[in-house]
Amino acid sequence: MTQDAPRNDRPRAVNGHAPDVFKREGQVPMREYPKNAPVDFVIVGAGCGGSVLAAKLAEAGMSVVLFDAGPFFQPRRDFASDEREQEKLYWLDPRISDGDDPIELGANNSGRAVGGSSVHFQMVSLRFRPEWFKARSKLGYGRDWPVDWREMWRYYDEVEEALKISGPIRYPWGPDRGRYPYREHEVNEAGLVLARGAEALGVDWAPTPLCTVSAPSGKSPPCAYRGMCKIGCSINAKQSMLITYVPRAIKAGAEVRDLAMVGRIETGADGRATGVSYYRDGKWRFQKAENVVAAGYSIETPRLLLNSSTAQHPQGLGNADGLVGRNLMVHANDAVWGEFDEEIRWYKGPPSMATCEHWNYADDDPSKNFDGGYSFMSQGPLPGDFAGTLTSSTGMFGDDLLEAMGRYNRMAGLKMVGESMPQVDNRVTLADETDELGLPRAKVTHSFCDNDRRLQGHGRKFMSRMMRAAGGKNLFETQSTAHLMGGCPMGDDPETSVTDDMGRVWNVDNLWICDGSLMPTGGGVNPAMTILANAARIADRIIDARFD
Amino acid sequence: MSQPFRTPYPGYDVLDKWDSPSFDDQTREVLRARRDPPPRRFLDPNQFALLEALCAVVIPQRRPEPVPIAPFIDAALHAGRGTGTRFATMPPERDAWLRGLEAIDAEARAAFDGRGFCELVRPKQARLLRSIDRGDCRAPEAWQEMPPQKFFRALLLKQIVQIYYSAPAAMSEIGYGGPASPRGYVRLKVGQIDPWEAPFGTWEDQA
Repeated sequence: MTQDAPRNDRPRAVNGHAPDVFKREGQVPMREYPKNAPVDFVIVGAGCGGSVLAAKLAEAGMSVVLFDAGPFFQPRRDFASDEREQEKLYWLDPRISDGDDPIELGANNSGRAVGGSSVHFQMVSLRFRPEWFKARSKLGYGRDWPVDWREMWRYYDEVEEALKISGPIRYPWGPDRGRYPYREHEVNEAGLVLARGAEALGVDWAPTPLCTVSAPSGKSPPCAYRGMCKIGCSINAKQSMLITYVPRAIKAGAEVRDLAMVGRIETGADGRATGVSYYRDGKWRFQKAENVVAAGYSIETPRLLLNSSTAQHPQGLGNADGLVGRNLMVHANDAVWGEFDEEIRWYKGPPSMATCEHWNYADDDPSKNFDGGYSFMSQGPLPGDFAGTLTSSTGMFGDDLLEAMGRYNRMAGLKMVGESMPQVDNRVTLADETDELGLPRAKVTHSFCDNDRRLQGHGRKFMSRMMRAAGGKNLFETQSTAHLMGGCPMGDDPETSVTDDMGRVWNVDNLWICDGSLMPTGGGVNPAMTILANAARIADRIIDARFD
Repeated sequence: MSQPFRTPYPGYDVLDKWDSPSFDDQTREVLRARRDPPPRRFLDPNQFALLEALCAVVIPQRRPEPVPIAPFIDAALHAGRGTGTRFATMPPERDAWLRGLEAIDAEARAAFDGRGFCELVRPKQARLLRSIDRGDCRAPEAWQEMPPQKFFRALLLKQIVQIYYSAPAAMSEIGYGGPASPRGYVRLKVGQIDPWEAPFGTWEDQA
């Protein structure tokens, strides 16, 4: 399979320069490292995990090469207001999706660009509930994180400040988190539908803390409410990794290698990592490194570890106990849609401007018949996206479809981010077939458990009540998934986890993981802030260990 | 039977904003490049005619210049460009399309005295597709283990509608704002529209 994107098929971070992401044209200077001398850290994947780590390690004076399989875009030149054109942001190479509840990949949850999925995420910036970091001990389900929530809380502060998260002065749930760095955005009508419904049902709601600025910041203008966040922000209001931590990393002396697919982590006779083999600009190359970090997210990280097997690591790296790729999680993304008498025009503004986390905190509610939690947000899908949702969930076509789409401006939706339980049989393995570089493809097996289904049913019922209370008519429900978490969970016990509490792979002391695959549980909120905060924490742990 | 769709926004055209701050150069370039649909390169002429017939049932277009859909599906198949997901129950995308098209034609022949899909009148074509969506198949062997509903919804319908609703003509008929860069929107509340948006629409249920 080829990526049919002729304008993006040559690396742009070359010859001592990287694209200037704030300009339509132009470059910034970038340091380059020789391939045959070991750099301190090679990081594979420039998303929320890898970019933060690269910036912080480079700022601490370490030599860092940050790889990404995708292109290095200049948003102001490359990002069109067009859903189809912007498919170039997604990981479109096939993965095989199996299980009782196979998950949709590609545009749904997988980025392929410098900046990773943060280039097309919907910017919902929530924190974990503190108890979730000890879900097993405190709430009786899932797994414990090897991290104290107060430590994570400090790192949420750090990354929220770095990304100028725009949110409310008072957030209704969880312990006090102070003021968000930037003021909240004006809530659009689609969000006010949620607000009306919440007030009618007597539960709290909040303007969603969002990772797009509500006032100028550095070279970013304030959000212009284009509503196209899911296909890339062409004006640079969205604080994606591409325009925040990646430029920070380059400025601090890191090198970025775009369109560089790492196929193997190489290991020496002692079993330790020696560097990575990667394919860039038409050939396989090798970069030597003292340390290697896999930061390719919950599918590519396990795939890379499994694809790096040797005689000494016959099942792949870090996989002596067969745990790599297991405990993969998604969020249930069930939704309720309704029609209103007036025109909502949900295409204006970021898609999820209002949120309700009630069911993440309502432990004692007698109707709560599930472990874990869920939040839900107001919606604003683009036309192609919404039409795809309609047809794939109802099979509707012809004039019925045209008629339903003719009500696009009168629709509103509520969509959940519902926790699912870590299960060992939900996993990434290698398929029998290979991709165009000869690398075995990933196979993803996923099935929900009974608890997951109870949670989803509860959510659909509650969101339907809220939608009706807000004045929605002709409701219909859809089911899907969002986000990826887990696959290489960190932990305190080598027998049940893939890495220690700082992301170091058990038994390979210079191999690390730093991305969402480390998450032992998924929580009931979008994972971006947690992945970022955890990466910031791991960076400090690595820096402390090195300079002690 | 459903009534022919009438747009709530007659007279609104997102392309009227072509020279306004709602359109940037890269978006204009993308839309300009799409004006000339790519030539047929993957499907054979009969398969392509069948695909065009399917597109016409899924999106009945009554405009003088219908939005081209089939050429873009053919082009994606030619390029081998996928969606990132291959369900384990499904063959690779190219095979799935070839098999699915053949199976739909076989279903038509089994249900309508040997007549192929293209030879059927529109209501019969629609009825046949609804049966396939229900899994009510008369030529099950033609699907060769591929789940008919999965092909129909996850590939055929989804790709057709995603192509159609990215077209300015489709955006206009639903009153969507269309391209919006660098200028986005200012008025976000109900009853408020920016001067560069569609005027309020009218629906029969509100007449």
